[in-house]
Amino acid sequence: MTAEIHRDDLASKTGMWLFLFTEMLLFGGLFVVYTVYRYRNPQAFHLAAEELSVFIGTINTIILLVSSTTIAMSITAIQKKNKKLALMLIGITILLGLAFLANKYFEWGSHIREHIYPGSPVLTLRGHGDVLFYGLYFFMTGLHALHIIIGLVFIGFIASKIMRNKIDSGNYVLLENSGLYWHLVDLIWIFLFPLFYLIT
Amino acid sequence: MNTQKEFGEPGYLDYKGRYKGLFSWIFSTDHKRIGLLYLFSILSLFAIGATLGLLMKFELIAPGKTIMGPQAYNAFFTLHGIVMIFAVVIPGLPAVFGNFLLPIMIGAKDVAFPKLNLFSWYLYVTGVVLVIISQFAGDGPPDTGWTFYAPYSFRTTGTMLPAVFGAFVLGFSSILTGLNFLVTIHRMRAPGMTWLKMPLFPWSLYATAWVQLLATPIIGITLLMVVAERTLHIGFFDPSLGGDPLLYQHLFWTYSHPAVYIMILPAMGAISEIITTFSHKTIFGYKFMVVSVLAIAFVGYFVWGHHMFTSGMSGTALYTFSLLTFLVAIPSAIKVFNWISTMHKGSIDLQTPFYWAIAFIFVFMIGGFSGLILGSLAANVHLHNTNFVVAHFHFIVFGGTGFAFFGAMHYWFPKITGKMYDKTWANIGLILFFIGFITLYGPMFYLGFKGMPRRYFDYDEVFHAGNIISTMGSWVLYSGLAIIIINLFASLKGGAKAPSDPWGGKTLEWTIPSPPPVENFTETPVVTKGPYDYKQV
Repeated sequence: MTAEIHRDDLASKTGMWLFLFTEMLLFGGLFVVYTVYRYRNPQAFHLAAEELSVFIGTINTIILLVSSTTIAMSITAIQKKNKKLALMLIGITILLGLAFLANKYFEWGSHIREHIYPGSPVLTLRGHGDVLFYGLYFFMTGLHALHIIIGLVFIGFIASKIMRNKIDSGNYVLLENSGLYWHLVDLIWIFLFPLFYLIT
Repeated sequence: MNTQKEFGEPGYLDYKGRYKGLFSWIFSTDHKRIGLLYLFSILSLFAIGATLGLLMKFELIAPGKTIMGPQAYNAFFTLHGIVMIFAVVIPGLPAVFGNFLLPIMIGAKDVAFPKLNLFSWYLYVTGVVLVIISQFAGDGPPDTGWTFYAPYSFRTTGTMLPAVFGAFVLGFSSILTGLNFLVTIHRMRAPGMTWLKMPLFPWSLYATAWVQLLATPIIGITLLMVVAERTLHIGFFDPSLGGDPLLYQHLFWTYSHPAVYIMILPAMGAISEIITTFSHKTIFGYKFMVVSVLAIAFVGYFVWGHHMFTSGMSGTALYTFSLLTFLVAIPSAIKVFNWISTMHKGSIDLQTPFYWAIAFIFVFMIGGFSGLILGSLAANVHLHNTNFVVAHFHFIVFGGTGFAFFGAMHYWFPKITGKMYDKTWANIGLILFFIGFITLYGPMFYLGFKGMPRRYFDYDEVFHAGNIISTMGSWVLYSGLAIIIINLFASLKGGAKAPSDPWGGKTLEWTIPSPPPVENFTETPVVTKGPYDYKQV
């Protein structure tokens, strides 16, 4: 209903940062739960963590770190008016995101083949610590994967805007915001990775 | 209509946009129209919640079954709680009056993200629809109470999923409103309006917005965990799988106690505006008011444990939470002192909103002091889960936020609608409301102290007298409420035209026509003075 178009890039970015705070707290609640149960079941968490594939986890960490770089580079490319390069870098980001999901799919698949999933009789028999470890593992990596998917949709939407020249060197705050979101998703993984794979 | 004649610009109610009729409202990104969308949704839900309360009170008029059995009673207090907490009092003042007035009071044309603002309302409606679905789908309505305590919330056969997810969606709506307000206040204040020239209602919304933003995600994730618990049997809070139900309580109250401040802070802000305006005097201790509102918001994060004194915590935790709870009383008391001091030597204009403010201070003090009784460890063990607790939080949440909501409604009604209401009926409604309120909740302090537990459809014969008084109070309260609402609606048609400043207010909303034009200000205002400049009067 407003008659004039009002644009305030700093406001958009502030809004995005505030939203990221809420995301951090959302996962923060889960980190608290993880901490409590790890403290109560140190032995079971230790043994269960050793069953996860550090190799796949490391690959996925590298994938996300590289994808964070590429999306950051695409912002610079847009600033330098290189639309083609920006789109290519965004394309790489999306491919890396998909690769992450594919890895996750195979990783989850292998657990489920071994009858390790929340509510499975095999897992329940293994005792409380294992139930909680894998419950948290599936819930937290699942929620994180959901964020990856949302991020990919967001970035895809940005790419289509760049193609239609709606985002250019004079107006790229949306791309910056999607980059911020992607970095957050990356950052959360940086915490999930050691919690589940490395601390054994 | 009239605005157009005088100022050459249509008021926001008459604006002809791209859509007509209902669509010009539900597709509008105008903060004023969104505020009214919230107002009507919240009033409808409030009517539902109040009717549920009335029926529950009727059940308690005599021991044994009167109109409903235990299961129905459980479902009633659960729905009453979910609707009143998540859909009425939490969004109440921020989403209605905050949306309508925040941009105007800081001299802006709209909030920072108008589309996101409309999206929050859609989320709100979605959440409400989910809660309603939970009543009719599956094996019966939820019966856990609004707190969804584990492990009952994933063992009961009631339809929990839509209700829990609905509460999650309502929380998300609340987060986005808070985010929008924060950015609006940071970026869109009029030229010259420094932080310490901002009126107190925007200040209280600012503090509230931080609480909405930083506390709500915790309940979000907790409710998602309950959803996962019910669908996937993960075991987060299930003792038979190694989980800890106490952890659920911690996470739940980590949000739900700060949520109490989401309810009360904007109420305090609105009361500050009303008292200043009708005392025609600068607010006493403006800076203290600002600091105390921020202090309450801050300390409010660290007191959640006082809901769990009997749940099992270490002694150190008990003492700490109790001490912190007492600390919250200090900034709250500062506010009360400053309101009273503002009235001192003011030239008081006794109008309906001012009466509401006085009533607010009265019930808020009773609610606050009973909170201190509950916050002390020894008394809490005796009073926990009794009617005393119910009386306490209704004095704060209904007496505090509810009175402030109706006070704000009578204060800003001329601005919002461009009409004046009938003062006599408004005052009669208020008096009945007040008498009914005290009669309804007053005896519950006594009943609780004598040991009558909360959340039971039945009680021992010794509690009969108190319950009869309480139930009769509910009738008076309800009729007062009806008079208030009918009077306001009648004024929409028959009320006299409101001038732009009917009360002699000094904040920016009184400088523009009633109802405000679409763009709020024809010229962006430049602020040179503090918000309550009464020195010239």
